[in-house]
This record gives sequence, C-alpha cells and structure tokens, in this order.
Amino acid sequence: MAQSAPGGLASTPGRDKRRNALGWSFAAPYTVLLALFGIVPTGYALYLAFTTSEAGFAGFGNFVATFTDFRFAAAVGHIAIYLGFWLVSLTVLTVGLALVLFHLRSARLSRFVRFLYYLPGALVGASSVLLWLFILDPAVSPVSWLLRTLGFDRFGEVIAVGNLPVLFTIIAFWTGAGGWIVVLYGALNNIPGDIIEAARIDGASALQIARRIELPMLRKWVAYMVILAFAGGSQLFVEPQLLSQASLGVISNDYSLNQLSYTFAFQTGDLNGAAALSVELLVVSLAAAGIFVTWSGFFDAD
Amino acid sequence: MRTEKSHAGGIAARRRQRRRPPVLAGLLLTAFAAFFVLPVGWLLLATTKTDEQLLNGNPLSFGSLKQLKENFTAVMSFQDGQLWTWLGNSLFYSFTALAITLAVSIPVGYVLGLVDFRFRKPLLVTTLVVMLMPATTLVIPLFLETNALGLAGTAWSVILPFSFYPFGVYLTYIYFSTAVPSALLSAARIDGCTEWQVFTRIAVPLAKPIVALVGFFGFVANWTNFFLPYVMLPGSDQYPAQVGLAQLLTSVPSFNPTVGAGFEVTRPELALAAVLAVAPVLVVFMFAQRTLVSGMLAGATKE
Repeated sequence: MAQSAPGGLASTPGRDKRRNALGWSFAAPYTVLLALFGIVPTGYALYLAFTTSEAGFAGFGNFVATFTDFRFAAAVGHIAIYLGFWLVSLTVLTVGLALVLFHLRSARLSRFVRFLYYLPGALVGASSVLLWLFILDPAVSPVSWLLRTLGFDRFGEVIAVGNLPVLFTIIAFWTGAGGWIVVLYGALNNIPGDIIEAARIDGASALQIARRIELPMLRKWVAYMVILAFAGGSQLFVEPQLLSQASLGVISNDYSLNQLSYTFAFQTGDLNGAAALSVELLVVSLAAAGIFVTWSGFFDAD
Repeated sequence: MRTEKSHAGGIAARRRQRRRPPVLAGLLLTAFAAFFVLPVGWLLLATTKTDEQLLNGNPLSFGSLKQLKENFTAVMSFQDGQLWTWLGNSLFYSFTALAITLAVSIPVGYVLGLVDFRFRKPLLVTTLVVMLMPATTLVIPLFLETNALGLAGTAWSVILPFSFYPFGVYLTYIYFSTAVPSALLSAARIDGCTEWQVFTRIAVPLAKPIVALVGFFGFVANWTNFFLPYVMLPGSDQYPAQVGLAQLLTSVPSFNPTVGAGFEVTRPELALAAVLAVAPVLVVFMFAQRTLVSGMLAGATKE
C-alpha cells in the first residue's frame, strides 16, 4: 500500500481513515457480489470436495474416486486432444490473419473484413451449435459436397466420436477467432509506426518485420489469448451436450469433464464427487490465470 | 556504399511486398471470409424455406417471405408460444443483471482507479484472477451453494451470478485510472464538493463510454450464457432462449425420430428459432461494430 494510487486524495496519514471509508463504501456492493458468487462457491466446493455425504472428513477420497471413475480418463483424453487442435489452430491462424489484415493497403477493406470475421461471435452458445449441426448434416448442409468428398454420407458418420475434437475446434474457431483477430489487430496498431519505418529504411523485408518486430510485440496478447482459450476449452460443455442430444445418445453425455461433473451432481446425486471434479477444473483454470498474471506482467497497471 | 546498398534493398523489399502478397493474401482472406460468413448467410436463408426446399434446393437460394411468415407462426405456436416466454425470460435476466452490474461496477471501478484505500490491491488481484477464470468454472459450485441457500430454481439464482461481472469492473477501473484526470476531481474537492458529489457530478457523467462498453460485453455474456441457467432452472417456463433452443432441438424429427406426431418442429423452424434466440445480440453487434472492430479492446489495457 506504500505507493499511492494515481491521483485521488493526498496521502497524508491523517486522511487514511477517510480514504478507507470512501474506498470501502464504494467498493462494498461489488465486494459482496465477489464474495457471494466468486469466493463462497469456491470455498463451498472445496468443503464438499473434502467431505463425505455425511459431512465427515473425506481426505482425498472424493478426488481419488473421480480419478478412478471409468469415465474420467476418457473425458480427460477428449479434452486434451481438443485443446491440442484448438490452441494450435487458434494461435497460428489468428496471428497469421491479423498480420495479413494489418498489412492490407485499404483500411476500409481491412475494417470490413474484420467485421465479417467478427460477426459469428454474435451466434455464440447454443445457436452456433445448432447452426453447425445443420452444416455437418450431409442431408441439408450447404457444403454437403465437401462432406461427401471426405467420405461422410450420413450425419452419424460426421459426428463419430473420433471426429469431435476437430468439429469442436471448428465451432470454437468459427465463433471466437474473429474477436481475437480484432484484439490482435488492435495490438499491432499500437506498435509505434516509427519503429517499423526505421526497420524498413534499414532494409528489413515485410517478413523480417513481422518476425523480428511484430511477432515479439504480439507475444503478450498471444499469451493472453492462449491462456483464456486453454481455460475456456477445458470447460467444454454446451457443444457436447447438444451433440449428445442430437445424436440420440450415440455421443454419451459424459464426453467432457464438466458434463461428468453435471452427471455426478444431477444423475448420481453425488454432490461431493461433483464438487471434487469442479475443484480439479478450478485448479486448472486458476493455475492458468495465476501463471499468466504473475509471469506476463500484463495487468501491472500501477 | 553500404547505406546505398541497404537503401536499394529496402526499395526492392517494398516492391516485392507490393507485388506478391495481394494474390496470396487475397485468397487467404477470401477463403476465411467465406468460412465465417457463409454459415450465417445460410442460416438466415434457411428460415425462408420449407423443409423440402432445405433438403433439395440450392443451399444459397432464397425461399419466400410467405414461408418465413409460416415458419414464424409455426415456431411461435410451439407449446402455445413457449418461445415468447423464453425470449422474455432472456430479456428479463439479461437486463436486470446488467443493471446491477453497472450500478456496482462504476463505483468500485472509480475507487479502484482513483482512491488508495486499504486492501485495494488484494481486491484488484482477486478480481483479475476471477476474471481470467471461465464463467463455466463455478457453475456447479454455484448450484451447490444456491441449493444450500434455498435459492436454486428461482430467477435470482441466475440473475445474481450474472450480475457479478469482474471483467466489467476491470474495464471501469482501467477507464477511471487512465482516462479521467485526477486534477479535475481535486479541483472539485477544493471547490467544496463532498465525495458523493464528486462522484455523481463528475465521475458518473464522464463514465458514459465505459457504460456502453461494459453494457455491451455484459449484455452479450448474459444473453448467451447456457450452462448456468441450464443447471439452475428446473422448469421450461423459466428457461432463457438459449436453453429453450436445446429443448426445441429435441422436437426436431431429423435429430430425434422418437418425437410424437403433431409436436414436430421442422428444420427451417429450428433455424428461425436459433436466429431469434440471438437476434438482440446481432442487433447490438451491428450497432457496436464501429467501436469494436477498431480494436478498442487493445486500448483497454495499459501497456
């Protein structure tokens, strides 16, 4: 607390009390929400994860039970493969496309294309999954020729379990990539023009400028994107859930870890197991967030 | 000699850059534009067709406005107008939660950005960490909590978690700490304004742009959230549109042949429902397009 906040009240010791009163009266309502819907559920999940259904101490029993559940390894495998496809394609394609868009000579064209890429972001969630159910059904798909060329004649063949990581990657990329392209484009825009001009005068080619200046300057943003995509991807739920419904159970409803947690809570009635699974997922996303906050210095606003 | 050479190299590089990339880049950009836009266009066109036209017609053909109207009537009569209920629920949940989000985020963003109070830093760090956690992470724990509190199944079990929006707090904090000159606030204090007056007369009017930004992201996040209401709400009458869509899906014979006769929803009707379920978000996107695409987000963090 030694360094003072930007501006505000002067930092004489006598005013500390007033400042604290002011700060906390304004921060209180949000802090209540943060406690109730951020911290308490985390704490409650931890409590449930370490207790038995009779509220006795369970040690790591619930965690061991989830790890050894016959569906757990499969769900982890599904998520891992999906994350592999998703993170690699997201990074390579969004960075590539943002760079190409940035070097487009016509600013208006570039802006228009960015809007087109961004548009599917409006169809997030269940709507985008429904849309892709259509696109992936050779009977009605606008790209049925493509599906047939790839050897898929029926909807059931397209959504075979082995194909799902790629399909989820396509859906996630379709809805989310445009937003990230816009963000990366904005970051490129923030690179001082004279640095690039200087490099150009020194004889750097467009490729060299991209590799030596633009990519390093994008690194922070790419890290931000990868961490969020990793944390979000590990939580996969709506896509496999709807696919499971649309495939009449050919895809079981415990494809992903969040679905498994849902099954524990609502079908088996095992709240402690559900909590243990949630805690495992929480640790993954907290670790991702923590690594990012400390390592990148991204949020060092002070 | 050396400078001349590199200068010449620079010109050559620039020429190469002008000649070569446009073809490749153009192809790449067009291919991805098709990938991003064609499905949206196809979905919009599908709402104007009959099921038969969808199966056998040109995928990118327009059906008729008359058929669009018929699809609309049909899907809106599903379970006596259940889709209206769902859309109404979505509006109610999204806007109530957004109102709370704004009422809570602006004061806290203001003090986080401009007042150095005790435990300011821990509050900020906690907010950042929770902000980086995906919204789905806490859904099952939240259910367990609201269940223990007896709130599960009520509208508040959705609205209150929605209204907790750390990203909005982060955005207002950045805004107040960068865009609002603290000298202005000091001047008001010297002129005898109370802290409350400084906030309501100076900070709040200055916060308009950030209200728009938080409003946009908060509304879209609330409207499109699937997992939380899916878990929290037991009855179809309480569903928001996104969750309702999942129920509608089970009434489409091509995805669920067991659906009883007379209760079926055709594929074009489902497509129309999918469009209606995101219509408000699409409208907001169109309006916000200018600011968003110009890369405003990138400017939202200090570097």
